Amino acid sequence: MIQYTIRRLLLAIPVIFGILLVTFTLSRMIPGEPCKAMLGEKATAQVCEQFTKQYGLDKPIPVQFAIFMGNMLRGDFGESIRFSRPVTLILIERLPTTIELGIFALLIACVIGIPAGILSAMKRNSPLDVVVMVISNIGVSMPVYWLGLMLAYFFALVLKDTFLWLPPTGRLTAGITSIPFFQLWNFPYISGTFSHYMLQFFSNFLIFNSIITGDWKVLGDSIKHLILPAMALGTIPMAIIARMTRSSMLEVLKQDYIRTAKAKGLQRNLVILKHALRNAMLPIITIIGLEVGILFAGALLTETIFGLSGVGRILYEAITARDYPIIQAFTVVIAIGYVFINLLVDLSYVFIDPRIRLE
Amino acid sequence: MMENTKPSLLEVQNLVTYYYTDEGVVKAVDGVDFKVYPGEIIGLVGESGCGKSVTSLSIMGLIESPGKIVNGKINFLERNLLELGESEMQNVRGAQISMIFQQPQSSLNPVFTIGSQIEEVFQIHGKISKNEAADKAIELLKLVGIPDAVKKTHAYPHEMSGGQAQRVMIAMALALSPKLLIADEPTTALDVTIQAQILNLLADLRRKFNTSVILITHDLGVIAEMADRVAIMYAGKIIEQSDVQSLFDHPKHPYTRGLIASVPVMGEIKESLDTIPGNVPNLIDLPIGCRFSTRCNAREEYQLEICNKQEPELQRNQKSGHEVRCWLYQDGEGHTAPFKL
Ligand SMILES: Nc1ncnc2c1ncn2[C@@H]1O[C@H](COP(=O)(O)OP(=O)(O)OP(=O)(O)O)[C@@H](O)[C@H]1O
Ligand code: SF4
Ligand SMILES: [Mg+2]
Repeated sequence: MIQYTIRRLLLAIPVIFGILLVTFTLSRMIPGEPCKAMLGEKATAQVCEQFTKQYGLDKPIPVQFAIFMGNMLRGDFGESIRFSRPVTLILIERLPTTIELGIFALLIACVIGIPAGILSAMKRNSPLDVVVMVISNIGVSMPVYWLGLMLAYFFALVLKDTFLWLPPTGRLTAGITSIPFFQLWNFPYISGTFSHYMLQFFSNFLIFNSIITGDWKVLGDSIKHLILPAMALGTIPMAIIARMTRSSMLEVLKQDYIRTAKAKGLQRNLVILKHALRNAMLPIITIIGLEVGILFAGALLTETIFGLSGVGRILYEAITARDYPIIQAFTVVIAIGYVFINLLVDLSYVFIDPRIRLE
Repeated sequence: MMENTKPSLLEVQNLVTYYYTDEGVVKAVDGVDFKVYPGEIIGLVGESGCGKSVTSLSIMGLIESPGKIVNGKINFLERNLLELGESEMQNVRGAQISMIFQQPQSSLNPVFTIGSQIEEVFQIHGKISKNEAADKAIELLKLVGIPDAVKKTHAYPHEMSGGQAQRVMIAMALALSPKLLIADEPTTALDVTIQAQILNLLADLRRKFNTSVILITHDLGVIAEMADRVAIMYAGKIIEQSDVQSLFDHPKHPYTRGLIASVPVMGEIKESLDTIPGNVPNLIDLPIGCRFSTRCNAREEYQLEICNKQEPELQRNQKSGHEVRCWLYQDGEGHTAPFKL
């Protein structure tokens, strides 16, 4: 298993390189000059020439790519044209919020979607099944921004002054601050080094940071702030997961070995939970893996509506402004994310189904 | 010759199981009566779709929607199984009545080891430690003739051949020494040589444990070799029933005669003249009168008009116990049977 994991990780390197090459090329093919996009009316020929030189945009494309790859290996994603800050810092600040939002949304989607799909399959054609399927058919076509606004309206305004009230915006309530674990525990570090960046990065996962430091107040507050955006973001995946679970379960429940389990005298519920579910998991996991991409796209809108400073908003601005360093950095992050998710999906296949060989 | 006085283990009375589909009511089993005596093998024979599997699933209490047992009694050890609640029925399944199926490989769960699937039977039905269950699983695998039993408990179903998988199914089915084993075409999916091995194994184990077996098959050759008694099914009803000797020596029902005639004798395949023309009737829209009348030569030969009007009853020869459902042997209103049973 470990050997298989390592081999899969090594195989990922050429994949990531290939993705980088393609996206680098594509980003250079977007029409319009970055200088004009950045400086707008003020972009005179002279100003542009200096701008282009400063950011190396006048060099031949292969050279630009070589420079880019070299920088990347050192963890240097360059400086954002629009925000005039190192992209690495932007990632460290904002990526953890987006990842936590995504994980939370996926968690909600699975925790509700999978049981709903199972119940639906068990009680096929019953009123319960019909209700679940109608809800999930509405769910898949629900615009994220509309759902987000409705949730914010309902939980923040209608339920105001009740214990169900939830904050509609921000990551933490004003006045509550999260203390990074490495500061709390006085980790030695040198400012601006790679290890410092990594410590900062991990401590910016507020839920993770507050759990390991035992700061329950921050934990509660940060979870509270994530519930609404995660619900908005998780609804479409939830609906898709529920439908996939239902159809996969129905397929499995027809199989001969389910009849065998019943013929042994096994209780109906155990037949479902033990014999059917594990076999039904493969397509469900595949769909969950695919949902991650959809989540990333949805995060963009969700973060805007709920005032979260994740990477979604930055990416949107970067694309409209042709902020190459940011676009490229995100491409790397997304590519690595995909490779990682795929690896997880494949490993869970091997874990679940003995027929899938470790070859 | 059957002895009819001893108490039966299982008595199916007027079993009626219908499927309520969108196309109409499928009368899969439509008034089936038969008995199984302790320690005997009774063959259940009939063309595809005549209701053999539905009959056995009805006995197991495993009919799923849109199917429904509409009528009848299934008396087993002095209880009517159709009156038992689901949890009581769970105690019967796998412990007192168990079942093996046509596709052994797909009947085993692909994601669990052979050992754990056998152990599960013990865990469901008795308080027994994991170690004891594991030991028993190995013992059972040896009993059904799986070489390398200890190692095979860790194997997965896809690592076994069809014959081995069926042996595992048999091990599982016999784990708790049930009184009754229902074998639904246990060898149809297997190679001929493997077929013989599995049948021998079944015969051996039946002798060892004195288990009664309902052996479902298309193959009259298998019946001749294995069964003590045989029931012939046609379109949801039993149309002839007797001990094996009497059935092969004196088949009475035109359908049974057709079946026997269609069996190749001594490797020589008979002319299609002897086989039965036409197809099984649609179980949603059955012919009026005798279900076999659409395909029956005897009806024309003896010009029986009643066949298309009224369904014959199961007649019984009290001496031989041979039973048949056909107007050739039954008097009716304005109809005199050409033969005596
Ligand atoms: N789930 C179901 N829904 C609708 N009809 C069904 C269902 N299961 C069985 N039937 C019908 O019941 C009839 C009897 O089926 P059954 O499986 O008992 O046949 P069989 O005698 O076992 O045939 P085979 O030799 O092919 O196994 C068939 O006509 C079939 O169409
Ligand atoms: S009752 Fe009539 S139609 Fe039916 S099998 Fe007998 S002779 Fe043929
Ligand atoms: Mg069948």
